[in-house]
Amino acid sequence: MADQVLTQIEDKVKNNKVMLYMKGTPDFPQCGFSAHTVEILKSYGVPFATEDVLADPTVREGIKRYSNWPTIPQIYIGGKFVGGCDILHELHERGELEPMLKAAFNK
Amino acid sequence: MISPEEIKQTLANALPGSTIETQDLTGGGDHWQVIIVSPAFEGKGLLEQHRMVNEALKGAMDDQRIHALALKTFSPAQWEKLGS
Repeated sequence: MADQVLTQIEDKVKNNKVMLYMKGTPDFPQCGFSAHTVEILKSYGVPFATEDVLADPTVREGIKRYSNWPTIPQIYIGGKFVGGCDILHELHERGELEPMLKAAFNK
Repeated sequence: MISPEEIKQTLANALPGSTIETQDLTGGGDHWQVIIVSPAFEGKGLLEQHRMVNEALKGAMDDQRIHALALKTFSPAQWEKLGS
């Protein structure tokens, strides 16, 4: 039961070049950090998949165990956990996010 | 609620030689921004750096004395680059 959600998360993380676990949806984010994360990703014009953790408590809890990271949103690029809103913002500011996205989409 | 002194002391113990700045974001003593420059961050990615700080402050986060923590982490080299 518990492991099932981890498998389901693993599938999404590996099958989407950019996967965002967030509160709400890109059009209707339910938290400021999720909204800011969506804004940053949108600014690069790359496609990204999202899942609303508020819609499923097992995913909300499972994603924290999957990454061993205590907060949401969580961003995965090229199958790897990148971080939350703070880290994405910082990578964006430092100019390190673009090469990461390029690398993921050129594979 | 936690004091800035306790945050600094906890981080200084876990990550010796760090320069640490704290800011109480709401005045309530539980939403903090911490800027930390540490030699222990050298050669580590941001995720790893944040994990190290989160780990050091885990006790205060688990018992809710820290409710929210915004982090800015730098190795001395990264910090140097920022200032130039």
